[in-house]
Amino acid sequence: MAEITVTVNGRAHTESVEPRLLLSDFLRHRLGLTGTHVGCEHGVCGSCTVLVDGRAVRSCLTLAIQVDGREVATVESLASIDGLHPLQESFKKNFALQCGFCTPGILMAVCDFVGRRTDPSREEIAEMLSGHLCRCTGYTSIIEAIYEFSRHDAGGGAT
Amino acid sequence: MKPAPFDYQRPATVEEAAKILAQSAGGKVLAGGQSLIPLLNLRLSFPELLVDINRIPDLDYIVEDAGVVRVGALVRQSTFGDSFLVQSKVPLAAQGVSHVGHYVTRNQGTVAGSLAHSDSRGELPVALVALGGSVSVVSEEGQRDIEAADLFVTDFTTSISETEIIVESSWPVGGSEWGFAFSEFALRHGDYALAMIAVAIHVVDGVVDQATIVAGSVADRPLFLEEASRHLLGRRPDEDVFSSCREAAVAAVDPADDIHATGEYKQHLMGVLVDAALRSAWKDSTGEAHG
Repeated sequence: MAEITVTVNGRAHTESVEPRLLLSDFLRHRLGLTGTHVGCEHGVCGSCTVLVDGRAVRSCLTLAIQVDGREVATVESLASIDGLHPLQESFKKNFALQCGFCTPGILMAVCDFVGRRTDPSREEIAEMLSGHLCRCTGYTSIIEAIYEFSRHDAGGGAT
Repeated sequence: MKPAPFDYQRPATVEEAAKILAQSAGGKVLAGGQSLIPLLNLRLSFPELLVDINRIPDLDYIVEDAGVVRVGALVRQSTFGDSFLVQSKVPLAAQGVSHVGHYVTRNQGTVAGSLAHSDSRGELPVALVALGGSVSVVSEEGQRDIEAADLFVTDFTTSISETEIIVESSWPVGGSEWGFAFSEFALRHGDYALAMIAVAIHVVDGVVDQATIVAGSVADRPLFLEEASRHLLGRRPDEDVFSSCREAAVAAVDPADDIHATGEYKQHLMGVLVDAALRSAWKDSTGEAHG
């Protein structure tokens, strides 16, 4: 067991972990942050995506021990007491989710993506989304939500 | 917990990492982890020790030096693909890396890790072989360079020993007289390609004097298509040349059937991809935009 200190959504947590504990399981089971979803657990479905030091990563392909001393942001960091994040508003407005299982991972990937791609085209958005499996929407509404957000609110990012 | 138990060490220097690997039996280097951790989660691999090199400083650089672009072991695939230096000096590698995994996995996955993993369906090994690049590895015994042609032994096996760590990959720079193209076919973007082709041609006075065509996904490692490459030498590519290269490429591969496609279909793809990549590389060498 090793002791790690991780800042998650602005709050420091010190926990004792086995090296083999995945970041996804650390967030869900230790911290109770179940907004991070776990689908395939080998990096294909994208639903477990979170930010580590501002970059989107698969939390199922990252060990908790690797983020010792780092800052992690999960989907719980987006909405505030005052309401939804503009990206979430865009998803709501465009009907970009149905069951919502894939949504947290997509939202966190977009927080990284719009910070590094200025005015992405729909094709670039679709290429990015190839790493996120959605079985409900057919993607069209998700592409629209991200496109609209990137034109109006990009730079808002995660806290 | 998905992975089987393992010990974990996080050395601060390459020397320390080499020492740990020399003293352990069956230690594995953890860099980006985008291939290794899936294998651990699926328990297809159960090393006793992971040596996490992510906190070693000075391994995250991309520099041009004496005709090569040198890339440190901790350079992420996304940084590599977004690098203006890589895009302008080693466009073949930039084209290849855009097909590796997904947007998010490229944030973590490293260039060196992709080479060390030696997946026969990997794009970066094919690009490194086509460019005649190399890797530098370090162990307690010191440092040595391994040429791309000698690096990839078979699927998931390289000529790097268990006590060695890649510290750098070197990607030869092509001038304006070179033409490059990377072409692949996958069922969905980001999936493993059914077949891929990398082409590098050197053109003097409208005639090809050097040519390298390398195929991926159709053998247990990147396959240099010698006969097809030879058809280009001393020629100004025209329909006859494209046609003979295409036939030679199809004849040179014998891919296995799998659940996604028959070997025969992959062979057909090889011809289609070689044709497209050659035309694109030829255009590139003559300064026209990619077609």
